[in-house]
Amino acid sequence: MISDLILMNGFGVYVWSAFAFTLISFISLYFIISLQLKKEQKRFEENFLSLPEEKYSVAINQVIHKEILKNSGSKI
Amino acid sequence: MFDYFNPYRIFKLNSTLQKIVFFCFILVLSIGLVEALFLSPEDYLQKDSVRIMYVHVPAAWISLGIFSTIALLSFSVFIFKNKNFILISKSLAPSGLIFTLIALVTGSIWGKPTWGTWWAWDARITSMLILFFIFALYLLSFRIFEDQDRANKISSIIAIFGAINIPIIKFSVDWWNTLHQPASISLTEKSAIHSSMLVPLLIMTAAFALFSVLIFLMKYNTELIKIKNKGLKRL
Repeated sequence: MISDLILMNGFGVYVWSAFAFTLISFISLYFIISLQLKKEQKRFEENFLSLPEEKYSVAINQVIHKEILKNSGSKI
Repeated sequence: MFDYFNPYRIFKLNSTLQKIVFFCFILVLSIGLVEALFLSPEDYLQKDSVRIMYVHVPAAWISLGIFSTIALLSFSVFIFKNKNFILISKSLAPSGLIFTLIALVTGSIWGKPTWGTWWAWDARITSMLILFFIFALYLLSFRIFEDQDRANKISSIIAIFGAINIPIIKFSVDWWNTLHQPASISLTEKSAIHSSMLVPLLIMTAAFALFSVLIFLMKYNTELIKIKNKGLKRL
């Protein structure tokens, strides 16, 4: 029964490799993009913290900055 | 109308949507995989190798849909001068590239048991390969050109010229003698595929579409934060 599912009348190697390639591509792309996102969020937080006090007070009042910091899990 | 393309509005929506889309994608993909691999019937001629259709066809559809959207948005950039269209296009491109690659590789795997060859220079396969290179060129243009305005302009031109390839891909099976069969599914006519195969195909298409939306949302946020990072330095 299980071997039938795996072998698929001799076509298993083609079917499973096509599905495996698709899923590996999905996982790879997802991790690459989420890594890029985390890297940018971290860079943003670092840049934000290094701002001089007067610029910091201007930047912190911008809604989009607050949203970025909130989504990156920042404690600022 | 363009207020809907306001980056802040999209960013806020993105952050909420990402988790919902991810959950829906996993759910729909799980159902689709069970249907495609185990529940759907084998084909009378192609036997079990027909199951490759459930990844090959949705990947090809989504990649064409993504490139058509990019081309349309790139054309709109020149008319409306809205730079957010470029940001949207740039965020759509990575999943478009991956779906084109999936369509090519799974098509090649399907070709071996069906046609007896991994690759043939027929019109449909060749035009899909060209689409892959156009996607790659489009994404590379943002890396090659450091001047942002120049990169935007060149990438838009690549997308607009690349759009010529879309009808070629679509109608290649009608215009030339190819190994590919003509379209079995049409929006205007009755589908030539039995519902026992059509349903898993549509479920897998929905799963692939959800994945491209998820990648788009993540990439869009990444690009927006990159812009805001540059803005912080200019404060």
